[in-house]
Order: sequence, then C-alpha cells, then structure tokens
Amino acid sequence: MSVNEGKELRIIGFLCNWCSYAGADTAGVGRFAQPTDLRIVRLPCTGRINPLFIVRAFMNGADGVLVSGCHPRDCHYSEGNFYARRRLEVLKALLPVLGVDPGRFEYTWVSASEGQRWRSVVTSFTEQVHALGPMPGFKSGTSLDMCLCHMDQNQVL
Amino acid sequence: MASSIDDLKSAIKEALPDLDMVIAWTAGPDPLSHTPLFITDEADIERIAWDPRCSQNLAGYLTGLRGKKVGVVAKGCDARSIVELLQEKLIDREDVTIFGLHCTGAVDARTTRKALGSSRGVEDVAIDGATARFTVAGEAKTLPLGETLQQKCFTCTGADAEVCDHFIGEHGLPPQVGERPASTLEELEAMSMEERLHFWEDQMTRCIRCYACRSACPLCVCQDHCAAQSREPHWVDQTDHPREKLMFQAIHALHTAGRCTECGECERACPMGLPIMTLKQALNRSIQDLFDYRAGTDPDQAPPLFEFREEEKNIKEREW
Repeated sequence: MSVNEGKELRIIGFLCNWCSYAGADTAGVGRFAQPTDLRIVRLPCTGRINPLFIVRAFMNGADGVLVSGCHPRDCHYSEGNFYARRRLEVLKALLPVLGVDPGRFEYTWVSASEGQRWRSVVTSFTEQVHALGPMPGFKSGTSLDMCLCHMDQNQVL
Repeated sequence: MASSIDDLKSAIKEALPDLDMVIAWTAGPDPLSHTPLFITDEADIERIAWDPRCSQNLAGYLTGLRGKKVGVVAKGCDARSIVELLQEKLIDREDVTIFGLHCTGAVDARTTRKALGSSRGVEDVAIDGATARFTVAGEAKTLPLGETLQQKCFTCTGADAEVCDHFIGEHGLPPQVGERPASTLEELEAMSMEERLHFWEDQMTRCIRCYACRSACPLCVCQDHCAAQSREPHWVDQTDHPREKLMFQAIHALHTAGRCTECGECERACPMGLPIMTLKQALNRSIQDLFDYRAGTDPDQAPPLFEFREEEKNIKEREW
C-alpha cells in the first residue's frame, strides 16, 4: 500500500542491475512497506548514467530523480560507480542553476542484500521530494502537457 | 601596445617559412571586433591587428587544421583553450606554434556599441589602467572597463599566454576592472528555484537555435556527430520550445564540464546575447571546489571527469 496514497509524485529511480535493483527486489521480497512514487529504470551499471538522463527527466516533468548503485569498490565492472560519482557530483552544480531544487536529486549506494536500507532510502527521498512539492513547470508547460493539449485539439477536430 | 604588434609581426615573419599557416587577427567589417586572418604569404603579415578588439579565440581553428604546421596568436584565455586541446590530444604540440601575448582585456562589441551610442567610425581602441580609450571619427572617448569589457574579462585568471613558444611584449596583470556589472550567476543566486527556471525559460524563448554557441566553442569537436542532432538517442526534438533549447544548453555545458576554460566564445558568438556561459561558470566553480582543478593550465594533466580517485577528498556523500 502506498504511503502517500492519492498524492503521488513522479520520481524516477535509475538503479544498477547488480546491486540496487536487486536490493529493491530484496525489499519487495521482504514485504517492506515503501512509497510507490518511484518509477524504476534498470541500468547495467551506474557508470552507464549520462547526467543528461537526469536533466532530461526533469525537463520532461519528473519531480525527483534518485540514482542508486553498488557501494564504491563493489562495482561489477570495478570502476563504473567511481566515474558515476564524479559525474553526478558535478551535475549537482548544474541543477540549481537551471532552476531545479538540489533536493530533488540524490544518488546513493545500496547493495543487493540491503532491503532494509533500500526501504529507508526510498522513504526518506520520497518524503524529501514531497516536502518540495511538485516540480514547477515552464509557463508554457511540460512536454506531457503539450501532448495532452494536442490530443485535446485532435479530439475536437 | 604599439611595440608589441611590431614584435609580433617580426616573430611571425621569422617563423612563417617553417609553417603552413599562421592565424592572427585583422580589421574586419565590424569596427568593434576584429576578424581572423589566415596568413600564408609574407605580404599578409602587414595586415595583422592587435588591440582590445581582437576578441575571437583563434584556438577553435586548430582542430580542423590538424596535420598541418600552424602558428596561432593567443591571449591568456586563448592559450588555455589550446592547452585543453593538447590535454585531450585533439592537436599535436609539435605542429602548433603559439605566439603568446599579454591581453589588457577584450571589448564586448555589443555592450560597447550601446555605451558609445554607435560603433560607426571607431578607429582605435586602447585600454590603459581602468579605462578604455576609443577614437571615434577622430574624437577621443573613454569608458570605464566595467561598461565595455567582455564578461569573461571580469573573472580573468591570467592575461598572459602561459604555455607558448614565443612570448611577445611584457607580462602583466589581468584587467583592473573597478566597478563591474553583476554576472548572471550572481543574479541567479539571488532568485528562488522557480524564478531561475522562469529566467531560463524567458531567455531561451529568444534562442533561435542557430547553434552558433556550439560552432564557436573550441572544445566542440564532434562536428556532425553532435548529440543534439542524433536521432538515437533523441536528446532534443525539433520544436522551438524553450525546454528543448535549455536541454541543448545543458548538453553543451555538461559535455564541456571539466574542460571549459571560460573563453567566452559561446556568449560572444550568440546573436541573441544570451548569458549561456553562466551554466559553464557554475560547473567550473564546482569542479574547482571538488577536484581542485582548473581547465587549461597544465598540458600533462587529465580533465577530472576522465579519471577518478577511490577516495574522493572533497566529495561529501549523503548519509541515509
């Protein structure tokens, strides 16, 4: 059951296949109650993450983005998360300049066995994003709004 | 500056026989900004100009001329771009001859035109101390540096070309600007997050997607393989929605993160005068804090996003 039932936000989670995705699964198997705002995108490694994934997610109307991978030194590809750490840390400087609250983006490390930790990460991140509320959009709307708007027009025609 | 131009000309004259080409500046159609001059013949050397109107960064031409012996005239900031290209092995040190200069500041054609009322008839520009002197149709005019210099000159980290083969003239300090206008980054810091987003939306509404910022950037070397034009993945769509334009700026800023030397070409080339260097300045500031790294200072260093440390000294990860 959703912790924030009825007022969900759009949170995107980029999860590494080897640790955090399995960690989230462990949390599921352990039947830990957790908020359901997060939509998970499974990646081969956090090193796969292009910081532009996160920028694009925000531009397309995400309210928060969470990146989670293997703990440093536990990477399946030895060094993927080390590169990711530098890139994501640099991205943290760009988001507030663009007008995205830095609290809407976090990255962390959760291993496959840490179901409990996954739950606390998701819960506190979701709470943090809910405290900030929905992401303010452009005055001219998000692309989702634009699509819906086009759909309405087509229906009228 | 009169003597350094003669020294520059004689240095180029001496080096030209061993080179395929030397890139310098010459007076162009716009009286407030000089255009590049590609010297292959000794007779062209007389056309060289060197004063605060030489604002264009000539380093951008070097990657396209790889394989040829090229000489290039460089101010402090231009030389940092060249160092960055050397670091990334986009050009070869033995093929490039750098004629380094001390720069007293480069005028921003757009703001100067506004401050002078018109750019018509500007014959001479010189910077001395904290004032810029103009000769406009035989009449002398002065402006404080804060009203005429480019944004990048206000945060200049070194006016001398540090890595060069021939240093011409005397070493000196960056331009001594007394009062300068607030930078866009400082203005943004005073705003709320939502105001910042709307600030960029308003700015990007003016963007005409000409990609001059990309074309002028000496570090944008992907040419026809630019992520902004790729269909797979489709990073930006074809609409003129400000969101897509801002997305392009985010691509440019993140692709030059840790490499950008803040030469200001993106902003200088922008026909709409958009403050796009702000994004790069913000990233550079964070990179300086995190990795204690400044792009374009040491040809033997690797840019920080090309490598990593197992223990990052300055990265404070969040504890959950």
